[in-house]
Amino acid sequence: MVLLGQAVVSGILLGGMYALIAMGMTLVMGVMKIINLAHGALVMVGMYATYICFQQWGIDPYLGMFVAMPLLFLLGCLIQRFMINRLLHVESILPENQVLLTVGVMLVLTELVRLVFRSDYRSVATAYSGKTFFLGGVSVNVPMAVGFLIAMGFTYALHLFLTRTDLGRSIRATAQDREAALYMGVNAPRVTVITFGLGAALAAAGGSLLLPLFYLWPDIGHLFTAKSFIITILGGMGSMPGALLGGLALGVAESLGATYISMGYKDVVGLVIFLLVLLFLPGGLKSLLARR
Amino acid sequence: MSYLELRGVTKDFGGLRAVDNLSFEVEQGEIFGIIGPNGSGKTTCFNLINGFYPLTGGEIHFRGRRIDGLPPHRICELGIARTFQVVKPLRRMTVLENVMAGAFLRESRVAAARRRAREVLEFCGLAHRADVEAKSLTIADRKRLEIARALATQPEVLLLDETAAGLNPRECEEAIALIQRIRQSGVTVVVVEHVMKVIMGISDRVLAINFGREIARGTPGEIARHPEVIRAYLGEAHA
Amino acid sequence: MGRKKWLLAAGVLVALVFPLGLRVPYHQHILIMILVWATLGNAWNLLGGYAGQASFGHAAFFGLGAYSAGLLVHHLGISPWWGMLLGPPVATAFALPIGLVCFRLRGPYFALATLALGEIFRLVFTNWVAFTNGARGILILPEFTRKLPYYYIMLAIFALSLVMVRVMVNSKLGYYFVSIREDQDAAEALGIPATRYKLYALLPSAFITGLVGAFYMNYVAFIDPHVVFSLGDVSVMIILVVMMGGVATLWGPAVGAAIYLALSEAFRARFGAVSLLPFGVLVCLVILFMPNGVMGEAARLGKRLAGRREGWGGEPA
Repeated sequence: MVLLGQAVVSGILLGGMYALIAMGMTLVMGVMKIINLAHGALVMVGMYATYICFQQWGIDPYLGMFVAMPLLFLLGCLIQRFMINRLLHVESILPENQVLLTVGVMLVLTELVRLVFRSDYRSVATAYSGKTFFLGGVSVNVPMAVGFLIAMGFTYALHLFLTRTDLGRSIRATAQDREAALYMGVNAPRVTVITFGLGAALAAAGGSLLLPLFYLWPDIGHLFTAKSFIITILGGMGSMPGALLGGLALGVAESLGATYISMGYKDVVGLVIFLLVLLFLPGGLKSLLARR
Repeated sequence: MSYLELRGVTKDFGGLRAVDNLSFEVEQGEIFGIIGPNGSGKTTCFNLINGFYPLTGGEIHFRGRRIDGLPPHRICELGIARTFQVVKPLRRMTVLENVMAGAFLRESRVAAARRRAREVLEFCGLAHRADVEAKSLTIADRKRLEIARALATQPEVLLLDETAAGLNPRECEEAIALIQRIRQSGVTVVVVEHVMKVIMGISDRVLAINFGREIARGTPGEIARHPEVIRAYLGEAHA
Repeated sequence: MGRKKWLLAAGVLVALVFPLGLRVPYHQHILIMILVWATLGNAWNLLGGYAGQASFGHAAFFGLGAYSAGLLVHHLGISPWWGMLLGPPVATAFALPIGLVCFRLRGPYFALATLALGEIFRLVFTNWVAFTNGARGILILPEFTRKLPYYYIMLAIFALSLVMVRVMVNSKLGYYFVSIREDQDAAEALGIPATRYKLYALLPSAFITGLVGAFYMNYVAFIDPHVVFSLGDVSVMIILVVMMGGVATLWGPAVGAAIYLALSEAFRARFGAVSLLPFGVLVCLVILFMPNGVMGEAARLGKRLAGRREGWGGEPA
């Protein structure tokens, strides 16, 4: 019973941070309708930015993320403005060219980081890294709990931004119906640029929160790309509540899979759920919420 | 036994009833017109006959065989071809290749399909555009291509979805002439239009629908005078 | 027509004789790897380029082919050459249910489903240690110490894939594939059973990919799940190679493979581990400025210059 509680709690905590990363992806997929295979690489770059802050200037990762986020916001804006938006006007045989462009971006980012940092494994060791506290018999890792709380804070802030501000509403309108939004006077190219920037900033935030928990190396991005996809499809493209639920569900599923099946097969659990949702619940959890 | 028959066909989209208990028969060799205002369920009707949507209720029979529930490619194979209101050219194929894609249904050799496609292009007056990529055609030629491609499958019944929409008067006349040539070649034609003038000029019989329901049927003359039809088109004031 | 035949004959002659003149085995190795990637590209191109079903999981078929050969040695002590017979049917057999499931999905959803399936194969082959020997992989003794025999075997496989693609694409199949790619609804309305024809593209594609996988086991003599089932280094790389050379062109995959190998090998010496950096940059540039790849753009350019039309995607129909 304690084992189950332990698995569920750590699953939820980790899942909350996954959800933050996935919100960045679902936002981009919702607005631009593109598959962004570079999302994990953006997480990775954000993690390195926070890592540098820690290593060079001793800035705590929870503060360093506020350096990483604007940096990644800018990087995201540039990628959208000068690469992806350009592609809208280029005709090609496969619509997948957009996906492949993000693969190209992913390769370049990953290899650039490898050029500077090599493929070595790195980690940040803070005073609280190994600390745990007990919650009714269940031990809770401090960086996990802190990371989860901050992630939830960001989630709420994002929710406020998307529902209360004009820009946020434009983003949601574009996600729902690009043509209609254009017609209503939304500046779609500008919205897409800001959306991609926002997605990248969220990736950096999630990555920074996970930095005290994960080893860092240039290829770690793939892991986060995969997880974000699973969550995005699970939750329904473009849906923030869907991404939150999907993140928590994936965290718990992986954690239970690792506890009761095996460490190695835990990723299979996520992928199988992903396939099943793709095939049988095309709208994701979002469609379940809407059906209520 | 009727040729093509819809019996009590109903289609719901979520809570919306797009086609409501619709029944009609098409006779072999005629031009059968379906009119109705925008959103009255005309195109949905085609999508049901052609197998794109599953029916919510009712049955569709063709030559004594029940065809609802069959996939679109089977229905085309049985001899019912269609065009699309929003034209769907195979963009990066030439006009000839587009038509060949249809011709392959009855000819498996490339040379035979090409020959067949050329004949159809000639028939539709599109032969001079044969080697042009479909994406660079004008709207009128794209509509012609839709028809040519469908004819290449050698159908018995051709469903034409808003062929005249977006055409100028001269192109309209040409479209009408083409439809009449198609009928003369022995193909039964079902025409969906909301341009009254076109449908009235060519149809043997007309069915008028609104909100997915039949409001009148008869000869073009009868339909044009029918008060329900006038109301549906022009609003209460003119009834 | 005559000129074309001469060109082909000359090409075959060069392909047969040229490697004899290479003294350094490393150079022969690069030629072999170009053929490997060109063949993988041909196989992918049939499904992804012509039929428009961009698979992001072709590593599954490559890995299945490779492991078919490897596991014969590992469990039964049978020569891995038999894997060349076993690998293709095994890959094809798996492709059938994969296709039936994934072809229910269109566009990006299809891509994601194949991506997930490819990853599932990698994870299962990593974790099912009793059967696959897990992450430790499979090591065999190579049959030949010289490179030349491998070169000629791979050249034959490449030629097979090229002829196969050409014959299929110039038949009714090719027209149906491209029709489905251009507009599936229109294709179905023309009597084309889309799912069946997508399978007609997938099954031979998986067959060839499995064959190359089995060859790879024999040639490289070591495989592990992270190499042969890799998303980044196999599944995605195949697509990039084809895209660079020209999607839905006969010679595109070969051109793309040559560019990929030339670039990554040239920079491996200089940059070591980051040899993919220039390739990544080139991928971005090609997509932005040559969206139809080298052969695709060449065909368009040639068309504009000569003022005549060729078949879809650049080669004579």
